[in-house]
Amino acid sequence: MTDKLSKKQDTRPRDAVPMVKAEGVHKSFGQVEVLKGIDLEVKPGEVFCLIGPSGSGKSTFLRCINHLEKINAGRLYVDGELVGYRQQGDKLYELRDREVAMKRRDIGMVFQRFNLFPHMTAVENVMEAPVQVKGASRGEARERAMQLLERVGLADRAGHYPSQLSGGQQQRVAIARALAMEPKLMLFDEPTSALDPELVGDVLDVMRDLAESGMTMVVVTHEMGFAREVGDSLVFMDGGVVVESGHPRDVLTNPRHERTQSFLSKVL
Amino acid sequence: MTDIDKTAGPKDTPPAGAQAIKAIPVRHYGRYVTAVIAIAVLYAIVYAFAQGKINWHAVPDYFFDDRIMTGVGKTLLLTVLSMLIGIVGGIVLAVMRLSKNPVTSAIAWFYIWFFRGTPVLVQLFLWFNLGLVFEYINLMPIYKDYWSSFMTPLLTALLGLGLNEAAYMAEICRAGLLAVDEGQTEAAHALGMSHGKTLRRVVIPQAMRVIVPPTGNEVINMLKTTSLVAAVQFSELFRYAQDIGQNSGAPVEMYFLAAAWYLIMTSVLSVGQYYLERYYARGSSRTLPPTPWQKVKKNLTTFSSRKVTA
Repeated sequence: MTDKLSKKQDTRPRDAVPMVKAEGVHKSFGQVEVLKGIDLEVKPGEVFCLIGPSGSGKSTFLRCINHLEKINAGRLYVDGELVGYRQQGDKLYELRDREVAMKRRDIGMVFQRFNLFPHMTAVENVMEAPVQVKGASRGEARERAMQLLERVGLADRAGHYPSQLSGGQQQRVAIARALAMEPKLMLFDEPTSALDPELVGDVLDVMRDLAESGMTMVVVTHEMGFAREVGDSLVFMDGGVVVESGHPRDVLTNPRHERTQSFLSKVL
Repeated sequence: MTDIDKTAGPKDTPPAGAQAIKAIPVRHYGRYVTAVIAIAVLYAIVYAFAQGKINWHAVPDYFFDDRIMTGVGKTLLLTVLSMLIGIVGGIVLAVMRLSKNPVTSAIAWFYIWFFRGTPVLVQLFLWFNLGLVFEYINLMPIYKDYWSSFMTPLLTALLGLGLNEAAYMAEICRAGLLAVDEGQTEAAHALGMSHGKTLRRVVIPQAMRVIVPPTGNEVINMLKTTSLVAAVQFSELFRYAQDIGQNSGAPVEMYFLAAAWYLIMTSVLSVGQYYLERYYARGSSRTLPPTPWQKVKKNLTTFSSRKVTA
């Protein structure tokens, strides 16, 4: 843990501000309450894994972190700042779209279905946000994009369109695309669930490498092996609440809660 | 040529390993009969036209007449400008209809309802005669004139055709925008792109694949519909052809001439549409469909190679 943190350039005291902090987060879709009060904290530099059965609300919670979903109650902070709102006194003001977009720049997201832009080549996908959002020059962005593609092992596929890449390759391009914005936090929404078993390893390798570089990561996953090996914290969610949390090795090998035990007995 | 067709290559060459099948193909006699009948009917029609009291020589005589060429130019100009109004208006209306604001959405709905629900010829006459309602056009500091001198035939034609087209284009654009996967918008937003940037850089380029083919139809339709504006005193190909016909005593021949020019123009447009569709298909399939030229070349090469092997 400590050697991982030392690699980060930021010299702020780690314990001061959690990267993500949730206090009693509620979220409903119409009548259905998906999140029923989530409290958790993600420390900077940590790999934070969310596991649980489908429908437990883990993906929804992840999407709340970059305000793709609006929460109905509670407070959600990223790097000490409220997500989606501005607090003045005891009043909350909704942020303008522009302000929300501004905050999302610092949060990378990787989707289950990759969601690469199909009309752009791999390198264009990675360049897009730096050029369009940060105003980087095309030459500069291309150079940086090539470095990132190199890092995920796909420099030779830079000119390919997403439809010409395998699922695993697409997901690695998607990771490079998110990294191009130099985020301080990366969100992974079941990044390997749509992949052939054979291709999962390549994506996990990239994520492991990213974790070793000290990136703060929140990972919704069914890859228990990855959670155990790479994760620093793990939360088991079910029915919209956090059932159990702790170090991945402890939770996965000695689950205290009955629900956790029955879930793990099925997936391990 | 290898990147084009996956099916054609191996189908023609017999399988190497197992014994190749050599069978007598089924004879489709019905096909021969229908082919003969169709050719006979076609010949009869052509013969009838050739025998008719039509002075065919008048057509080539006037084919490149100055007035005809002016008419062709004006028809093209009117088509391009009306389509521009239609496309820009259509995009605006589509975005309005999809907007969360109920007022703009309702206004767009009403616009489409009105302009799609009334004939374009009626709309043209309405624009032309709107002077009964508005005697003056008065953009206070800038411009003031009588409606009748403001509403020139060109402007009438442009407004009539363009605003009508906008209603159709709006529905086409809306379908295109709705066809783009929501994950694309989410991915763009997650990267910190604004709504406008997301629309311009991510959604619209993908919507174009759905929008271009029907828009090509609309352009071809528009080119033909321009012949209606003769009714509001704007001269284009059809009007000039009619004029020549009345003066030269060959009215019907000039209709054939106009028809030939419309056919030439729509054919050129179809080719343009083909290449535009091909451009927007990039990234959507692993290999682009071949251009007609590539197809011809391929057929020639496979044909000759088959001969050699046989």
